[in-house]
Amino acid sequence: MQVVTDTYTNSGARRAVPSYVGTEQEERARSQRVIVNDTSKRSEWLAEIAAIRDEQDSAAFARLFHHFAPRVKAFLMKSGSSPEFSEECVQEVMATLWRKAHMFDGSKASVSTWIFTIARNRKIDMIRKQRRPEPEELPWGPTEEPSAADTMALAEETDQLAAAIAKLPDKQRTLIERAYFGDLSHSEIAEETGLPLGTIKSRIRLALDRLRHSMT
Amino acid sequence: MKYDMTQNIRHHLTDGLLMGYSAGTLPEAFNLVVATHISLCDECRARMHEFDAVGGAIMIDQGEAPVGEGAFAATMALINDAAWSAPSEMPKRNAPAVFPEPLRDYVGGDLDDVKWRRIGGGVSQAVIKTSRDATVRLLKIPGGTAVPDHGHRGTELTLVLQGAFEDETDSFGKGDIEVANEEMVHQPVAKPGTDCICLAATDAPLRFSSLIPRVAQTLFRL
Repeated sequence: MQVVTDTYTNSGARRAVPSYVGTEQEERARSQRVIVNDTSKRSEWLAEIAAIRDEQDSAAFARLFHHFAPRVKAFLMKSGSSPEFSEECVQEVMATLWRKAHMFDGSKASVSTWIFTIARNRKIDMIRKQRRPEPEELPWGPTEEPSAADTMALAEETDQLAAAIAKLPDKQRTLIERAYFGDLSHSEIAEETGLPLGTIKSRIRLALDRLRHSMT
Repeated sequence: MKYDMTQNIRHHLTDGLLMGYSAGTLPEAFNLVVATHISLCDECRARMHEFDAVGGAIMIDQGEAPVGEGAFAATMALINDAAWSAPSEMPKRNAPAVFPEPLRDYVGGDLDDVKWRRIGGGVSQAVIKTSRDATVRLLKIPGGTAVPDHGHRGTELTLVLQGAFEDETDSFGKGDIEVANEEMVHQPVAKPGTDCICLAATDAPLRFSSLIPRVAQTLFRL
């Protein structure tokens, strides 16, 4: 089943097939606008990860730690972990972020999304003593860096998705939270999630299509 | 290596399975089937990234729980500890293969390395070891052969890796995944031609409709 909700709830005009599916000029103009207008945290986080990766910059790491560690810990505790376990897990998650900074790809995941995936995998590792089977990595071609425009556009869309989730009716948002806290089994997760999905998928799908095309 | 087949996949993962995979709450057996399908399917790979973004948004929105005073120093110590290793990275494909990497990892090789056991009616299986909350196996069904008519007590995932099968609902080719629930009683038949190889997971024992397969089920854990 494909669920593609056709609008973001916080912006009735925004279609699931987003405005950037246009000419190349339009896409470039849109991306540049995003960069010029952006003053929020997300560009700082991206710079901090680059500083960790390129210069082992512990001051940049400290800033990321200060912002994310208490949030990751709150999430783990709401997911039913003890404060002691959560504290230990957070340290492992943040250390993993440092060690794997070279793996971060902002065109596939925003910084907060990436940290979520590290936390999820670390928790499975520590609790279940299981490795989580991961999809095969795609061959991204000869060290092709994702463009800054792609990275910023994805970060912006991730923020919009977060804003849309925050505005969902309480009952619906609570169900989605419970699914991510681990309170619901897969068979208890409703097939109609009501999530405003489609935009991030479309962007990543386009990137994958470009990749496949360049490989043939 | 050829990835053209990703364009032909018609049967995808459900939102519920993708959300469970993203949340990290699926049984290991299901995780393996999901990761194997995503390895073959760009559409579901893109959807997976979106569900991960949902998880990130939920995580960030739960307020702050102060970390201990020594937490930052302890984390730096971990980073500088040569004996501590970060979790392994996503598997990379080394050579052209029938099985995507996550499955190769569990099997310990490719299709040729599978140790098949006959379970009757020309069908063979190989059970893959995972945690006990669900089971996953490879099935080899010769072209034109039927898998015994069966219903399910739980959820059954069937991913085609080679060949094709059809049942009352539709036909399924390489990369397609069928998600069957409790109400469904179906009779998959492998299409004529090459052996149909499937990766099948269930969170409850299969339940056959006739007596002889039920005996076989007891004997062979099908």
